[in-house]
Amino acid sequence: MAVTVSIPTILRTHTGGEKSVQAAGSTVLEVIEDLEAKHGGLKERLVKDEKLHRFVNVYVNDEDVRFAGGLEASVADGDNLTILPAVAGGMR
Amino acid sequence: MLQIRRDLVDAIWAHARRDHPDEACGVVAGPEPAGPPERHIPMDNAERSPTFYRFDSMEQLKVWREMDANDEVPAVIYHSHTATEAYPSRTDVSFASEPDAHYVLVSTRVPENTEFRSFRIVDGEITEEPVEIVESYMFTHTGADDVPDRAAERD
Ligand SMILES: [Zn+2]
Repeated sequence: MAVTVSIPTILRTHTGGEKSVQAAGSTVLEVIEDLEAKHGGLKERLVKDEKLHRFVNVYVNDEDVRFAGGLEASVADGDNLTILPAVAGGMR
Repeated sequence: MLQIRRDLVDAIWAHARRDHPDEACGVVAGPEPAGPPERHIPMDNAERSPTFYRFDSMEQLKVWREMDANDEVPAVIYHSHTATEAYPSRTDVSFASEPDAHYVLVSTRVPENTEFRSFRIVDGEITEEPVEIVESYMFTHTGADDVPDRAAERD
């Protein structure tokens, strides 16, 4: 199950500057575990308390996984997984 | 320093005033690697809230792909505060993840307010920077001196 993962600028320090890397897995979490094995340090930027970290958005193809099963969302061979920093803030 | 065209500043103010009392947010894209800001993209505040903002995730995906295809970066990421001053909050800082972006804040707390402020937010640290509003970038120096050393150490 090979997927192409787009890495945002802020996380490229973990991928040696690469914008896009290959990973394997049949769920978002498995892909993240595989990324962690190849590019240590990525997982803690993406996962907190066994959930997707609120600082990031993860998409499988054109779908925001927050609305599609979160870390358990399924991923198929040839899919694109896109990671973007969430752009947000609050008054306090 | 942030150098930005007056029409872009006006567009950001118009967006902030239109959405008041909710926070307004958006980006101004510019050519990579570091601007100048050229293309104003008002974003939906998915929270529709006077105290919180979040880019709509689907709109963000579309806009980020467009920027990628155009070799653009989010030169400016802006939002409004509608009840407090134009200064990044703790939450704003915790989410700030573009070390190369100018984080612009405006405040619509007082209608006659014209405070338009810009910050760099890197590793949780806020640095305010001066803002120069210009009519056009044509005759101004846009920071060619800021290009980082290119692998001077390499053979
Ligand atoms: Zn804020």
